[in-house]
Amino acid sequence: MNDVSIVICGEAGQGIQTVEKILTSILKLSGYYIFSTTEFMSRIRGGSNSTEIRISDTPVNSFVEKIDILIPLDFKAVDHVKQRIGKDTIILGRKEFIQGKTKRTFEVQFTKLAEEAGNKIYANTVTVGLIAGILGVDFSILEKFIRGFFKKKDEKIINGNIEAGKKGYEVGEKLIKENKIDFKIKKSEKVKDSLLVNGTDLVSMGAIGGGCNFISSYPMSPSTGVLTFFSRQQEEFGIIAEQAESEISAINMALGAWYAGARAMVTTSGGGFALMSEGLSLAGILETPVVIHLAQRPGPATGLPTRSEQGDLLFALFAGHGEFPRIILAPGKMEDVFDLTRKAFDMADKFQVPVVIMTDQYLLDSSFLVPSIDVSKLKNKKYFVKTDKNYKRYKLTKDGISPRGIPGYGRGLVVVDSDEHDEEGHITEDLDFRTKIVDKRLRKMDLIRKEMQPPELIGNKNYKMLVIGWGSTYYGIKEALERLEDSKTAFLYYKQVYPLHPNTKGYLEKAERTIVIENNATGQFAKLIKMETGIRTDNSILKYNGLPFSVEEIVGELKAIMKEEGK
Amino acid sequence: MDTKIYDMGKIDIAWCPGCGNFSILKVLKETLSELNIAPGKLIMVSGIGQAAKTPHYLKGNVFNGLHGRALPPATAIKAVNRNLVVIAEGGDGDMYGEGGNHFIHTIRRNPDITNIVHNNMVYGLTKGQASPTSLKGFNTPVQINGVILEPFNPLAVAIGLGASFVSRAYSDDMKETKEIIKKAIKHKGYALVDLLHPCVSFNKLNDRKWFKEHTYYLGKDYDPTNRDEAFKKATETDKLPLGVFYINKSAMPFEKKLIAYKNNKKPMYEREVDFKKLKNLIASKKG
Repeated sequence: MNDVSIVICGEAGQGIQTVEKILTSILKLSGYYIFSTTEFMSRIRGGSNSTEIRISDTPVNSFVEKIDILIPLDFKAVDHVKQRIGKDTIILGRKEFIQGKTKRTFEVQFTKLAEEAGNKIYANTVTVGLIAGILGVDFSILEKFIRGFFKKKDEKIINGNIEAGKKGYEVGEKLIKENKIDFKIKKSEKVKDSLLVNGTDLVSMGAIGGGCNFISSYPMSPSTGVLTFFSRQQEEFGIIAEQAESEISAINMALGAWYAGARAMVTTSGGGFALMSEGLSLAGILETPVVIHLAQRPGPATGLPTRSEQGDLLFALFAGHGEFPRIILAPGKMEDVFDLTRKAFDMADKFQVPVVIMTDQYLLDSSFLVPSIDVSKLKNKKYFVKTDKNYKRYKLTKDGISPRGIPGYGRGLVVVDSDEHDEEGHITEDLDFRTKIVDKRLRKMDLIRKEMQPPELIGNKNYKMLVIGWGSTYYGIKEALERLEDSKTAFLYYKQVYPLHPNTKGYLEKAERTIVIENNATGQFAKLIKMETGIRTDNSILKYNGLPFSVEEIVGELKAIMKEEGK
Repeated sequence: MDTKIYDMGKIDIAWCPGCGNFSILKVLKETLSELNIAPGKLIMVSGIGQAAKTPHYLKGNVFNGLHGRALPPATAIKAVNRNLVVIAEGGDGDMYGEGGNHFIHTIRRNPDITNIVHNNMVYGLTKGQASPTSLKGFNTPVQINGVILEPFNPLAVAIGLGASFVSRAYSDDMKETKEIIKKAIKHKGYALVDLLHPCVSFNKLNDRKWFKEHTYYLGKDYDPTNRDEAFKKATETDKLPLGVFYINKSAMPFEKKLIAYKNNKKPMYEREVDFKKLKNLIASKKG
């Protein structure tokens, strides 16, 4: 087997995330392609959480249902993932946690081994050692990593953890030697230069690359990681990171910051975005740029705070009263997450519109291996102008873009107003002018359409069946199609969902059948496509239980549709 | 500086004849001119309401945002460019009602901005409903049996939160008001000016006569650094004291504490991304 899925399941607070962090790091350092994703409950202690780590010969970046090795850390674990346990699933753990679900079970006394190493709290390190042993990771890599990871602790704890790791490692080695488990995964040199990152890292680094120097936000899962990331980089990059008293304050601060010359963003989730919708509308009339990271989770209202969904697309499209242009990006490929978050700042600045970057919990919290990103040739363009004495903020222009001045730079005054305003920016109720300035604002849409991110076609250009996805479903759909090996089926991946690229119609018309795959209940992207192109797509594959699609699910659903097609 | 440099020329002003806002506008121009604040350096931030229109009636940069939301952008503007003079101005409904949460947290944050709140104890632009500061028993088209809510006490709240500068003025006393606003603008940190003024159209209870009878100035021997005393003065309601109630000398302005300025004093608009540092940050993800 050259594609292994290891699942560790236990209660919140048992240290599953630490195991994940250490394992993914040492596996990456060893040269394996890896991917990891976690599903967790909205609680600090108890419940059942699980982490999946995929290890492979080739790049893998999506969640799979199958479990090759399960490590249950409590009584509830096996039951929690029972639907994913197959006849070949190997279960390793304490006897009472295994519960005799499959034939391939091996008792491993993690706590006892940890106690032998000095303290039962080293049990997680035994788990790490066990998996390292099974996969034949060079023990010195693990040892070195443990030393770094626990460097702030005293020598006794470091040595205890190394010993615990060794004990687990020996058990793993033994299982392999005795041919009880058989995995052969090749290492690759390419992995070493890759980045081990999650979506949060790439949104944050992309934003920094885009010149973001101000972030104001209110903590809300799963968006908070970006605020945390920025907070840690305040000194290094000269960034202001402020926790606002509410999302309302956050977006109004961001608009104030842009107005005075900063590049600002907010990071939030659906409920917070709802509070921001008045501010979004303000951005619309002020024509002050703003970048909004909308990290989706299932709603309505509080919904499932720690789970994933793509349920806010149409909300993002229609949020905010009144009519004004906007851009909505939905990167799914990791390289695009960095690239488009960076470009969002350029687009916002250039067109003076709000740009929404849509992600979700699955994309943000999962760890991916991504080819290294070269930033040496990047340059940011600033669009604000030095004002002269007669400067008018809302000068009516042919393309709708009025040169944006900032206060204190030049001799002019910069006046912006949430009331309808004249060219200078002062409040007006001249209704003839109202029509002119509405037209001016909306004219920017034509320019925006000229500089859109086209969808990417993956697979045979002469397809008959076209599978369509947006955002975080990218890797899952891609891998599902690779498994199906159907030369007549191709995948159209959207990273910008609004405005919808004009070539969409051509792609759809060429297909005999179109299938939209979305992590929501009502097929929102299919509706958007219908609205923009007039074309009704044929099938929708939807999932909305709070979890991402697994590769197997997509394969199964597509096979069912193909079968029906074949009749 | 001549006050004329703030004049807008012939403009259509939306205030009623006899409105206290006219004196406030005049005082504001005089204060700015005496402090030599050039219009280009001045940012007037406001929300919505009759008072929030003030920025349109004098020369300066303007951010006229949403109802209740003047303080967050004002904070951010000062934070990203510390060379600017930022005044957040609006009415009692705007700042204390719709924007009440921002009022509380802006005081805690303590940006170096001046917050002038026109307090006429009534809603003007929406025509005569109760404001957060309306007195009990005040009859309105909505509060038909009179206001039954306890009036909001902005000064007591601000002093309770340890605000760095808390004052109250009355619009008809232009000379005194000018001195108070001047001190507020010069103060380094958040400065509240609760500015009482009559609403000639919708508040027949708190008219000019009422204000004259119900206000008095804090004496020369009053010590504004004594928080307990300031709080006591703020809770007086029979007669409302005027003047500078409280100065918290230990409060450091928000912008001074920002890490972003530790190694770089430039305003945000002059900064460029350090791609070398970003390269290193990205490389750190190689493990």
